[in-house]
Amino acid sequence: MPILELDQVSKSFGAVPAAEAVSFAVEPGEALGIIGPNGAGKSTLFNLITGNIGVDSGRVLFGGEDVTRAPPMRRCLAGIGRTFQIPQPFQRLTVFENVLTAAMFGNRSSQAEVSGDCARILVDTGLVAHANVPAGKLTLLQRKRLELARALATGPKVLLLDEIAGGLTEAECGALVDLVRAINARGTAIVWIEHVLHALTSVVNRLVVLDFGRVIATGEPAAIMASRQVREIYLGIEV
Amino acid sequence: MSVDALSSFRVTTGTRASGAFALVAAALIVIAFAAPLFVSRSVIQNLFFILTMLALAQNWNLLAGYAGLVSVGQQAFVGIGAYAMFGAVILGGMDPVAAIAVGGVAAVLLAIPTAFFVFRLYGAYFAIGTWVIAEVARLVVAQWKSLGGGTGTSLPRDATRSIWGQEAVAALFGVRGPHAADIVSYWLALVLVIATIGFIYRLLRSRQGLGLAAVRDNQDAARSVGVDALRLKTLVYLAAAFGTGLVGALIYVQKARISPDAAFSVVDWTAYVIFIVVIGGIGTIEGPIVGIIVLFLLQNALSDYGSWYLLLLGLIGIAVMLFAPRGLWGFFTDRTGIELFPVRRNLIVAPGATPDKGGPHG
Ligand SMILES: Nc1ncnc2c1ncn2[C@@H]1O[C@H](COP(=O)(O)OP(=O)(O)OP(=O)(O)O)[C@@H](O)[C@H]1O
Ligand SMILES: [Mg+2]
Repeated sequence: MPILELDQVSKSFGAVPAAEAVSFAVEPGEALGIIGPNGAGKSTLFNLITGNIGVDSGRVLFGGEDVTRAPPMRRCLAGIGRTFQIPQPFQRLTVFENVLTAAMFGNRSSQAEVSGDCARILVDTGLVAHANVPAGKLTLLQRKRLELARALATGPKVLLLDEIAGGLTEAECGALVDLVRAINARGTAIVWIEHVLHALTSVVNRLVVLDFGRVIATGEPAAIMASRQVREIYLGIEV
Repeated sequence: MSVDALSSFRVTTGTRASGAFALVAAALIVIAFAAPLFVSRSVIQNLFFILTMLALAQNWNLLAGYAGLVSVGQQAFVGIGAYAMFGAVILGGMDPVAAIAVGGVAAVLLAIPTAFFVFRLYGAYFAIGTWVIAEVARLVVAQWKSLGGGTGTSLPRDATRSIWGQEAVAALFGVRGPHAADIVSYWLALVLVIATIGFIYRLLRSRQGLGLAAVRDNQDAARSVGVDALRLKTLVYLAAAFGTGLVGALIYVQKARISPDAAFSVVDWTAYVIFIVVIGGIGTIEGPIVGIIVLFLLQNALSDYGSWYLLLLGLIGIAVMLFAPRGLWGFFTDRTGIELFPVRRNLIVAPGATPDKGGPHG
């Protein structure tokens, strides 16, 4: 049974359709990539999965249960973790407190129970040196790492990553890929929206291509990247 | 080799300044309780004003500064608390001191149904909603004929002459009845302030406090990491209503005379309170303490200027907002790093004992 399933999900903003009858499933432990041009509706899809935005029609299933009407908090507790494309840190809380909040509320645990995991996550994401800095003082790249750290701390079964590799150096990107692989190897399913395709394709085993809110292709990364339609959309973007 | 993460780090909250401050605060509390021994009745009355306004300010700050609920209708809870106390004394024959608790409960009973209304509103609409509720409450209370209707009423003589503890204080301190009643009220205000600050400080350091800070900073993100934002805000709204209702009742035990216009005054119970919090520093426990001291000094310095006084207060408020947006305490703490009520949870990782990178969790 898929851990996450979208069934004919649609959403439009006024006259702009951001998702049109989108259906796909994510198996437990899978790593799925989502690509598509700017404004294709990728981030909107994440918001529909997490409940930050409500669907117009269609269903979202998590672990076989219909969560279409569940609030974001419920879905987080069920096991959906997400990063925001534009980082949304708790500005006045420190980096450690940001992660601690996610760990305590996302797992319904006490501070003592999760502090060790939080420290570990800060080490893994390279933020431990900034643990006691208010999140509002971080650079954009550090904020993106904090997004990842915070999502990880909720102990997700499915981790939704929205463009976390942009702007990194070669070495940083390699470290990020290793980290996402390690998370995936521990059994967490990954859904990753990414424009940095070489990073994405070195982690995921399946790609979904979105354009104007519609799924236009699904399949193995190599086959997808070879298809003419996708090449046309990505003309000018380095593969 | 992987280092045991649990032995290589710890989480701390206190600072050196806060440790020293705890001792000073304990001494101050002892002195404050003993104050009626060596200060005059008018000083006790001034201190009563300071303490009750501070308690109101802490409650408003809890709402606006921590839960992001900017209310301009807290006079609803002052008024309801005060009127419930009057009702319990006049109609129920209760002792005024005991009736203060009735005031707190009445405020919560008003807050429960109104929460459903105001929590559907955001930002400025929330503020207006709270004000509308306060106005409606004032108009309804003004219809309560047995409590004097629109013109108000006084506490009955025999009730004010023998409130709890009054006789004992009068005998002990060798003072007359009204003076003894003021001392009892003052002590109650002191207890209320200590309890309010203690409650808020504990809340901020608790799990709920962390969730509340997250909601204040970014509600969408907070909900996405499992925080029940609505539940936390409701908790704070009800707690602030309870605290505000208690203070309202206590203020009117001391005044012993009530009218709807006075008890539901937006200027006295909300505008001044907002001034106190904004001047002192919103979102900190220290801020309202600084703010009430500033307001009290300004009131004394400017009391001869009549209506110019309010204008000056407004100008000072605007100046502080422009030049020290986090208030006087925020200005101070940004430069010195001193916090008297620290809540930040610091992660201290022992040098050299950093957990191995890339190792499995736990
Ligand atoms: N909250 C919103 N209100 C109105 N329109 C929106 C909203 N969110 C997204 N849109 C619109 O929906 C469309 C899809 O946006 P979305 O952010 O999902 O695209 P995306 O694929 O993530 O793009 P990018 O690669 O630039 O991040 C765009 O036309 C966008 O302007
Ligand atoms: Mg996007």
